Amino acid sequence: MVTIEINGRPFEAEPGEMLLQTLRRAGVQVPTLCHLEGLLPSGACRMCVVEIEGQRGLIPSCAYPVTQPTKVRTHSARAVLARRTIVELLVANHPDDCLYCTRNQDCQLQDLVQQLGVRQRRYAGEKSRHIMDMSSPSIVREPSKCVLCGKCVRVCEEVQGVGCIDFIGRGSRSKIGTAFDDGLNVSGCINCGQCVVVCPTGALAERSHIPEVLAALRDPRKRVVVQHAPAVSVTVGEAFGLPVGADVAGAMTGALRRLGFDRVFDTSFTADLTIMEEASELVHRLQNGGRLPMLTSCSPGWIKFVETSYPESIGNLSTCKSPQQMMGAVIKSYFANREQIDPHDIYSVSIMPCTAKKFEAARPEMMRHGVADIDAVLTTRELVQLLHMHGLDLAEVPAENADTPFGERTTAGKLFGASGGVMEAAIRTAHWMVTGRELEAFTVDAVRGMDGVKQASVNVDGLTLNVAVVSGLGNACRLLDQIRDGRSDLHFIEVMTCPGGCVAGGGQPFGADVDAVRRRMQGLYELDRQESVRTSHNNASVKRLYDEFLGQPLSHTSHELLHTHYVPRDALA
Amino acid sequence: MTTKLLDRRTAPATAAAFATYPELLSWLLDDDGSQDQAVRQQWEDRIAELRRDRLVRPAIFVGAGTCGLGAGAQETLDVIRAYLDLHEVKADVIKVGCIGLCSAEPLVDIQIPGRTRVMFQQVTKDKVNGLLDAVLVGQIPDKLALAQHRHATLKPWDDVPFLDEHPFFAPQTRWVLANCGLIDPAQIDEYIAHGGYQALAKMVRQYTPAQVCELVEASGLRGRGGGGFPTGTKWKFACMAKSDGKYLICNADEGDPGAFMDRAVIESDPHRLVEGMVIAAYAIGATKAYIYIRAEYPLAIKRLQVALAQAEANRLLGENILGTDFNLQIAIKMGAGAFVCGEETALIHSIEGRRGMPRPRPPFPALKGLFGKPTIINNVETLANVPMLVDRGAEWFSSLGTPTSKGTKVFALSGKVARTGLVEVAMGTTVRQIVFNVGGGIPDGRQYKAVQIGGPSGGCIPEQHLDIDIDYESLKTVGAMMGSGGLVVMDEDNCMVDVAMFFMDFIQRESCGKCIPCREGTRRMLEILQRITRGRQREKGIDALERFHSVLHLQDLAETIRDASLCGLGMTAPNPVLSTLRFFRDEYESHIYERHCPAGVCAELLTFTIDPDRCKGCTLCAKKCPTDAIVGSPKQLHYIVADKCIGCGTCLDVCKPGAVLKN
Amino acid sequence: MIVVLPETTPEPDLESILAEYPLARRESLIPLLQEVQEHHGYLSRPAIVRIGQHLDLPTSKIYGVATFYNQFRFQPQGRYHVQVCRGTACHVKGSAAVFEAIKRELKIDAGQTSRDRMFSLEVVACIGACGLAPVICINDVFHASVTPQSVIKILDSYRKKAAKHDDQAA
Repeated sequence: MVTIEINGRPFEAEPGEMLLQTLRRAGVQVPTLCHLEGLLPSGACRMCVVEIEGQRGLIPSCAYPVTQPTKVRTHSARAVLARRTIVELLVANHPDDCLYCTRNQDCQLQDLVQQLGVRQRRYAGEKSRHIMDMSSPSIVREPSKCVLCGKCVRVCEEVQGVGCIDFIGRGSRSKIGTAFDDGLNVSGCINCGQCVVVCPTGALAERSHIPEVLAALRDPRKRVVVQHAPAVSVTVGEAFGLPVGADVAGAMTGALRRLGFDRVFDTSFTADLTIMEEASELVHRLQNGGRLPMLTSCSPGWIKFVETSYPESIGNLSTCKSPQQMMGAVIKSYFANREQIDPHDIYSVSIMPCTAKKFEAARPEMMRHGVADIDAVLTTRELVQLLHMHGLDLAEVPAENADTPFGERTTAGKLFGASGGVMEAAIRTAHWMVTGRELEAFTVDAVRGMDGVKQASVNVDGLTLNVAVVSGLGNACRLLDQIRDGRSDLHFIEVMTCPGGCVAGGGQPFGADVDAVRRRMQGLYELDRQESVRTSHNNASVKRLYDEFLGQPLSHTSHELLHTHYVPRDALA
Repeated sequence: MTTKLLDRRTAPATAAAFATYPELLSWLLDDDGSQDQAVRQQWEDRIAELRRDRLVRPAIFVGAGTCGLGAGAQETLDVIRAYLDLHEVKADVIKVGCIGLCSAEPLVDIQIPGRTRVMFQQVTKDKVNGLLDAVLVGQIPDKLALAQHRHATLKPWDDVPFLDEHPFFAPQTRWVLANCGLIDPAQIDEYIAHGGYQALAKMVRQYTPAQVCELVEASGLRGRGGGGFPTGTKWKFACMAKSDGKYLICNADEGDPGAFMDRAVIESDPHRLVEGMVIAAYAIGATKAYIYIRAEYPLAIKRLQVALAQAEANRLLGENILGTDFNLQIAIKMGAGAFVCGEETALIHSIEGRRGMPRPRPPFPALKGLFGKPTIINNVETLANVPMLVDRGAEWFSSLGTPTSKGTKVFALSGKVARTGLVEVAMGTTVRQIVFNVGGGIPDGRQYKAVQIGGPSGGCIPEQHLDIDIDYESLKTVGAMMGSGGLVVMDEDNCMVDVAMFFMDFIQRESCGKCIPCREGTRRMLEILQRITRGRQREKGIDALERFHSVLHLQDLAETIRDASLCGLGMTAPNPVLSTLRFFRDEYESHIYERHCPAGVCAELLTFTIDPDRCKGCTLCAKKCPTDAIVGSPKQLHYIVADKCIGCGTCLDVCKPGAVLKN
Repeated sequence: MIVVLPETTPEPDLESILAEYPLARRESLIPLLQEVQEHHGYLSRPAIVRIGQHLDLPTSKIYGVATFYNQFRFQPQGRYHVQVCRGTACHVKGSAAVFEAIKRELKIDAGQTSRDRMFSLEVVACIGACGLAPVICINDVFHASVTPQSVIKILDSYRKKAAKHDDQAA
């Protein structure tokens, strides 16, 4: 331990840790715009500069390793002036349209303007002009609001292994964009939205479907149904002051009804359905010498990534549609039929923690007879917006139950929201399918938690099933490369695009650190701990769906409605 | 043996031919006085020939560096060759580098057997025939003769001054430039005959790497690229670092506008740099080295390629250097044009194939640099100092200079000065000596205003500080810095606000854009200067108010950029403004309060009028005016509409009777 | 219309340049870009994509690097490539006026190529010929101590040279 003096008070620091970490532990607030937990410091924004005894200039605390006793002044007049001037410079090159910005009141730049008391335009001058990029079905880029912190570039490259954007040009003319500054849609972008999550300003946002949803809700001819993904109910409460990780599925269901949705379904129901299909597919592949390892297919960013960057692995992907698309398919077939509604009159909305789901819903394979299975996808953040717009506070709305026939879920389906959840649910059901018996212990601790790569071996009737769970596509790349280089021990791999899974998805509320993500996960684990129905094959509604409509897993109808195919894509990554 | 050697001189410059050269070096190194007298004589003859102490036929040396070529040296060379062919004169024509006196280019030296070598200036192609007619028969045309080289045994010419008496050369101490313009840079044996590679041999045979670092540290050599960090100390960090690979990088990305020292050294004496690099690599334990050089220097790159091939063929590079187990490869990397790549971490990123954006330090490159390995980055001049330094010792080196700055410094002297070129002076020389003695003062009877030193990161030295020493610390006291060696002289016709604006524009364009203070701050600073120099014609709304408003915040802005920027480029970015503001505040005030540019440079602040007595009504000015601000009929008096005039000065340039007046 | 005839032998194609860099890693990126530009005069879109594939790097990274450095061009070079030095020495001796004169004469800005593909214009930081300021460089030939008036004549001489060459070729 090294004892350093922070603003006149002694504090114990870990030798070698970056000063910013020490300051945070000491409860000293130093702002940053470019810091990304877990990645090398970039030192670009200079907001975290402090005065260190014996050093001439101001030192960025994010990149200063503590090695010896020293004296630090975090808020000296010089440091505060520098910070304020930096913010003034940023604002001087920022479009003054906060009132119309998606990030209004949820913006790090606004917060800094407020904190540092910027009340004057001291450095007026010419502003950089850039064109908005509306080409992507998932993400809207507005480079004029960009502060060039570079977090999106680093997340895209270093965490996700995609690298479809980079800095272009130099100096004050630099901006962030794709190759040749083309639209995001022709780039290798997988629509994961991790760039949106780390963006401190409104330069990146999801492409909003709120206007379409509002129009549908107003349209008397439309029957508007809605589904919500497993990870949404444990995150949406954050926006209403509820504890991080608290499950508010009931209140959310109530609120969605008050918004005017005709039916509220739970995507966890089709997560259970996915498990029935996917576990069957796995067992089928294992027993019939099918292509292994089988790769999960719930995460649409991952799917596009395989299609673009690892087309040779397309055959390893499970053919199951994602739970969102399975729900979309059964709504516009079984449900429409049951309720005697023309599928054209159903407007099917999903609420997802994800921006890539918007892309997925728009894929041509996800349409039948010219009708899209899902008509609109709202992110968790858009849901919050919609609730605010209608004066609904989740802390106040009484809990209600989801609608039949797709409202019942098990905790297995709910676990889909966290990395490793699909694997746990699949193991539970695969074991039952192969042996006819339930597992003695449902919880597979090895696949839980925030690690990017998790592995486990499960004994199924004397047969060892080797599984891996990966989240964050950078980790997936490394695993796929190992497999390409001959690694052959794995049977089944769960891949989630976002680090930690859907709880940390690109459509989730801003400002969550690793700790918050862990608590969101904990919320899901808590449900699994408390509730009694913990296996997908024990979901009574799923059983009924098979009995009344689908027959059995992998049946002809299942294949038609619940399975899909993938195509190699050429993209300028 | 001698004949064999002579044969080789005309042999094509292939690796096979080079492979025989080390005989000369090994003879020099291993001569313990026991060798046969006849053999010794042969070698000594060879060396005398290479040093041109004895000639059998005339030798004509043409300064063919970039600046010489720019002044027409190639044409001069062609005419010389044609002359020799036509008159069937047997003479050696040698392309040498640049001796440094750019303003006298093209420079041609002629040495005829038995006599000293004479330098002739401004030998353009039309003067060649007359010159050769005279010199080859032993006459020296006074008009062209600049000076003769002093020589111990050769007979001097009467009435021709010696080079070391010439005002340009007399105040100089030429260590790094010792061979520049004298030897053929494409011949390794000339370098060896002038003492080259013997320092390297001494180091790898007699010194441990740590001892080399000690020696360099003791000499007080400091980085010549601008920072001034003690070179030996830096080497020690890398020398002591444990790693499976280390790198040496020679920074030849001479980006400062107004600096060309590195180019001239490489073009004129590339082996000095190569030898310095091999010694440095030995000292730090690097087995791979890079020379990061600007792509705008094609000739320097070519010379380096030749030098590296020769050194490798002579086992002065590559495997088992000079028979030891020390190996080194040197690769040339061409910079792609980014000033910020002068910054160490940006340069590393550039070599790695990335955008040249700096990263925070620590970790310092000496511990974690190129590809994550310990890396030492030294500037060309620093490395070129090394061979002579280690050969003659730390004490010899440190005997010259000031208490904190040892040795010499090379400057590129340019701008409004009579003699421009490459200058090497002892540390402690005054700026006045450089400008007025070496440079010959301001031409055309104009008044000295300032000298800009240190490039965009540096500052200006006004009249009252002309007697300041060239020394890392002294220069800082007047808000300037040593920098890499650009010295641009300005006279009363230069506007200091305009100069500040030029540098801000440069820095603003060259900022990498990574950190906010530098990216956004330099841009706003430039805008402030642009507003100051803006005429009323283009102002509307509250522009005039903004103009004052922004000046008020210049100080806060400058401080933040200096304090909070990521790299040296940003930290020093406000210097051009702060420095000119410090010494030429009155000029700023004239611009701000009176909208008047005292030097008559800032176009929008100029007013042009037509002298009714001189105007002939030729209409030329009206025709050429880009904004149609001049009215008048043919043969009638013309008139300039002030509101339309943008101050471009075209009318002034085209008016034949001189009727346009500038105020 | 002026028919531009090649003055040199055909340039090596992209694949043969890439073949000289087998198993290349990222550190070869800038040399590769330089070589491609040297032979093709600029970096075309397909070339950038292909270099990315060769180095197994996303195209965005190639584009990001290429746009960072002054050297790289994304438009074909003119038959005569005019480089205007904007070093300090050139500036104090009036290079700004020279640059303006060239822009007016050629009706293009820095980084652009004239419609007839005759001239392209580039501003370079410092050519390092400060003793001869102001300097411009056309197809690697230096023109020293130029003025706004003399550059027009210099450019004209290149136009005439081109016309003469084309006549002879015809």
